[in-house]
Amino acid sequence: MLGTGILKGLAVTAKNLAGSFHDPGRFVTTQYPEQRSVLPENYRNFPFLVAEDDKDPMGTLRCVACQICEKECPPQCIYIEKSRDKKPDAAGKMQLYPAVFDIDISVCMSCQICVEVCPFDAIKMDQEFEIATDNRFRPLLRDREQLARSNRYFQQVHPTEAAEVDARLAAARRAAEEKAAAKAPPPARQEVQTKPATERPDPPAGGIKTEA
Amino acid sequence: MTAEAIELDSWLERLPLTLRDLLAGPIPGPWRWIVQDVIAIAVVLAVFPLLFAFLTLAERKVLGRIQNRPGPNRVGWGGILQPFADGIKMLTKEDIVPRAADPVLHFLAPVALVSFSLLSLAVIPYGRHLVPLDLDAGILYFFAASASSELAVFMAGWAGRNKYSLLAAMRALAQLISYELPLLLSLVPVVMLAGTLSPSGIVAAQAGWSAGFLPHWNILTPWGLAGFAIFMVAALAEANRSPFDLPEAESELIAGHLTEYSGFKYALFFMAEYFAMCALSGMAVTLFLGGWQAPVAILQFVPSYGWFAIKLLSLLLGFIWIRATLPRLRIDQLMRLAWKFLLPLALINLVTASFWHLSAGWGAAAQPLRWGLGLALVAVPFVVIGRRLSTGLGPRTYRYAAP
Repeated sequence: MLGTGILKGLAVTAKNLAGSFHDPGRFVTTQYPEQRSVLPENYRNFPFLVAEDDKDPMGTLRCVACQICEKECPPQCIYIEKSRDKKPDAAGKMQLYPAVFDIDISVCMSCQICVEVCPFDAIKMDQEFEIATDNRFRPLLRDREQLARSNRYFQQVHPTEAAEVDARLAAARRAAEEKAAAKAPPPARQEVQTKPATERPDPPAGGIKTEA
Repeated sequence: MTAEAIELDSWLERLPLTLRDLLAGPIPGPWRWIVQDVIAIAVVLAVFPLLFAFLTLAERKVLGRIQNRPGPNRVGWGGILQPFADGIKMLTKEDIVPRAADPVLHFLAPVALVSFSLLSLAVIPYGRHLVPLDLDAGILYFFAASASSELAVFMAGWAGRNKYSLLAAMRALAQLISYELPLLLSLVPVVMLAGTLSPSGIVAAQAGWSAGFLPHWNILTPWGLAGFAIFMVAALAEANRSPFDLPEAESELIAGHLTEYSGFKYALFFMAEYFAMCALSGMAVTLFLGGWQAPVAILQFVPSYGWFAIKLLSLLLGFIWIRATLPRLRIDQLMRLAWKFLLPLALINLVTASFWHLSAGWGAAAQPLRWGLGLALVAVPFVVIGRRLSTGLGPRTYRYAAP
């Protein structure tokens, strides 16, 4: 009969109205500043620089200032100046490091191309989204101090990717050590072996743990 | 006034009058009526905008709850101050007048709309002693005032010099004029049976109870039930409320006749719409729900304006509930509903009402027959016309999508 559909619809809405008072599980929204939904692991927004050690991030940046990301960045939001001197990198090899590494995150379009082209796993995507400021110039231009995050932070935000990266870096390091051991005389071998071990709080172990 | 009514004239019932006389007391005699009227106007102007403010909040809260979200809950305690935040926002927004617009009409339209809807609030009896303007032809005045709002709506659509505004204004005119007819026809039996056009007279005609708990309200008769339903459907359309909110169908017409309005003028349109909704609900309460009368004789200790407020608010909640439930009609469906369904039913309702009036003298034994005949006069045309209108319309078949 004409009108029964309307009555059925009214019953549905009334049920929802009453249900929303006694069943909090019905709510589809999250009250944001108080409650936070868990971000999906693959969520990404802006890049950060990976440092091996969170005590000394500037000394242990993985970045070797090769400038591939700067050249590949489609909106050109990365600015890098190479250092004059060299520092030993993760594998113990002497490398340049970025004296200046700026990303203008008001220009960045979160495409992740910098991450994909980086041969050193030195730049990764962050999950931090509360970046609103009251000034559109200086606070949105991030320098290397602001961009640096420890490898442990990377393991927290992207566990799967971090485990894969850590395993790959550990394998590369082992290969380098074996190569050095085969080549060099015994005293030099010891020197090479101790160096990375003192510098890093054992990232491969952490990576394997999160994977399991 | 009966002896019982005078007896029930408690201090609470007379409180608004006492306060008014207290304020108007020091004024010399010949001038006192002016002050009293100004106070009545001021009260209407204070109560209804406040009601409007909290109605928008209630609407957003209830709509939210129905959609399983909490609704606005940030400003004040649980969102109670949200309407004031909205008001400040509306006041501080830029008032944009298009270069091609007619500036005078563009300014006049919201003002006219608000004043027409405020005019219609004047004749509603809010309580035993609370009738701001007790006109003998109050019903006529009420519908004259609310029908003038069509003029203001068209003014708004015309003044913006915008195709969407104009299209929406055309639609609004078509809709408002079409629904005027069932609206007025549904209340003709009330006026006929009460024998008066005065709203307070109609309320007085619904006074009294059978056996102390069955009020003599018009809605509790077959013709009153049908009349109330027709009145409410037509009132939904008159107040531009969903599912008849075609004039401002945002998915088709941007914002309808409000397209070129911003800032406080936009807020005025909104206000006028809610005033019209309140006025039509108040008129429905007066005509069919016994006005300020208590539903049960022993509940008369609650002041009459309290009963009026309860009835008014439940009707307004009904409006919100319907808005949360029904999708918008298409313009042809809207016209069909008015002309082919509501109008015949309203005409048949006149017959039902006259039957009810003529059979008033039937004895107690004939009462079941009287009720059966009365309800059949309502239900049979409803089913027959409804069937005729909906043949060939459903159920919808899907050729490509899975049902």
